[in-house]
Amino acid sequence: MGSRWTWRLVALPGVVWLSVFFLAAFYAVLAVAFGNQDTLSQPVPHWNPLDWNVGYVLDMLDNFTSGGPFWTVSLRTVEFVAIAVALSLLIGYPVAYFTARHAGRWKGAILLALILPLWINYLMRMLAWINLLAPDGIGSDVLHSTGIEWLFLQVGLLDEPGGWLNGQPITVILALLYGYLPFFILPLFVAIDRIDGRQLDAARDLGASPASAFFRVTLPLSMPGILAGAVLIALPMFGDYYTADLVSASTQTNMIGNQIDEFMRQGSEKVTGAALTLLLSVFLLALMFYYLRTTRRAGTTAQTT
Amino acid sequence: MSRLRNPWGQPRFLAFITGAYILWAVLPVLIAIAFAFNNGRSRTTWQGFSFRWFTGESGSVLHDAALRDALGHTLLLAVICVAVATPLGVALALGLQRWRGSGSGTVNTLMLLPLVTPEIVMGVALLLLFLQVFGGIGLGTDAQAIGQVTFTLSYVVVIVRGRLVSIGPEFEEAAADLGAPRRDQFFRVLLPLLAPAIVASAAVAFATSIDDFVVTQYLSSDASTTTVSMLLYSSARGAPTPALNAIATVNLVITLLTLALAYFVYRRFAGRDEATSLATMEV
Repeated sequence: MGSRWTWRLVALPGVVWLSVFFLAAFYAVLAVAFGNQDTLSQPVPHWNPLDWNVGYVLDMLDNFTSGGPFWTVSLRTVEFVAIAVALSLLIGYPVAYFTARHAGRWKGAILLALILPLWINYLMRMLAWINLLAPDGIGSDVLHSTGIEWLFLQVGLLDEPGGWLNGQPITVILALLYGYLPFFILPLFVAIDRIDGRQLDAARDLGASPASAFFRVTLPLSMPGILAGAVLIALPMFGDYYTADLVSASTQTNMIGNQIDEFMRQGSEKVTGAALTLLLSVFLLALMFYYLRTTRRAGTTAQTT
Repeated sequence: MSRLRNPWGQPRFLAFITGAYILWAVLPVLIAIAFAFNNGRSRTTWQGFSFRWFTGESGSVLHDAALRDALGHTLLLAVICVAVATPLGVALALGLQRWRGSGSGTVNTLMLLPLVTPEIVMGVALLLLFLQVFGGIGLGTDAQAIGQVTFTLSYVVVIVRGRLVSIGPEFEEAAADLGAPRRDQFFRVLLPLLAPAIVASAAVAFATSIDDFVVTQYLSSDASTTTVSMLLYSSARGAPTPALNAIATVNLVITLLTLALAYFVYRRFAGRDEATSLATMEV
């Protein structure tokens, strides 16, 4: 009996820490978002939920509807994230699949190469591309001489020759892809690696063609990995502001994270910033619950088919 | 067998994509590192090899006050973060693992939440906490360290719990059967078995702290609380010299050395398979 309380006591400092600096911090967001502001537009938080000024946050929701000030930026954020996640799947799946199934004796080395970018400072990886895509950078040269720049100019994805870093949506999307793809590949690799080869053998023995074995066994079984990876990268992408700031530096490519950053850190409209943060959190929480529900279902479907 | 398992014939196409991806992922960073050694002010045109941006008389990582201070502050925060997050996280992991019954599920969820919270949400929340509640602490080094501990704590717990699960209760039970008092069961049996995980989690906490950007930026006060990541953010688009690449390179070398050391310690004492599963975040 005594030991039951011993272990709770051991966990206590960590629990207190998380309560004070994590839970209370979130409560501060609520208190500020549902609070008031003084004449200098400094927040006056309402700590008592009974005093909460819910109307302001509800008014904020109007700003997200068509024509409102946050409509364009929200739409752009969803668009950027959706394209970046789709491209991640397109590139990441073959890479994860190859590493899990066909890498042979190279598996360890390839795995190391896949993990490495996770531990390179994100901002250093962005700095690398800023150097490359500067008007006189090596990357700009290569893109120019291979005709890729010409192609992008033709289809309207690039405004001017050498202008990769001047507020181009495509640069922001590709930078997001570059930044977050390693985080997508790893859980996907783990999911594919875990699939029991005998299940594929069984499918083939029962007459499935290689392609149908892939589409009816491997793909459904890697679905949890795909979803986990997609959520893992979509969540931070929705809150990203530094990528767009660094590779575009234009309000034309602002994401919702940039909007929050402008209110919170650069400007002094902290109440608006807190309300936006609250709405973003609710949106991401909904996304996560949807993911948890889907994986549970995907898990059971994969087992029964 | 292997032919049977492979539905796409020769996987040359897949091999090509994988190779191209790895090249794309790593080469830009290698070029950025190369330009840290450029003997000139350009970050785009090669002008010969030199260490001037690392140790030169002017504008180098070693002699430029802003760069040196940023590196120093980054390391200071990392040391504080490890010193606080590791014991706190190890204790939480032990407590959570052993404590069955009401409340442990809730605490487990609470512990995992910081891992999935986007950094900007966490940054905003902590900023408001330190402005509105803990005004006495205020923004600056203390707040930055507290903020970093709050999310590195979860990494420590996850890593240490993974090891606890694989150790199992048998060793402690054996020690108990042989008459070891509970204190010895813990300090002479469990703790040595747990040591590789503690080292690994400390290394991960260290590397995570060094590379953190958003929370550290949100909780910074003045120039003296600038870290390397913040410097990269604020100067990357300006007209900097290769010194920026140099400080990023130093930062990277410190991170990778820490992690490599932890990996080998873990592999040596906890076995290769477990080390690999740790590295792929499978814990």
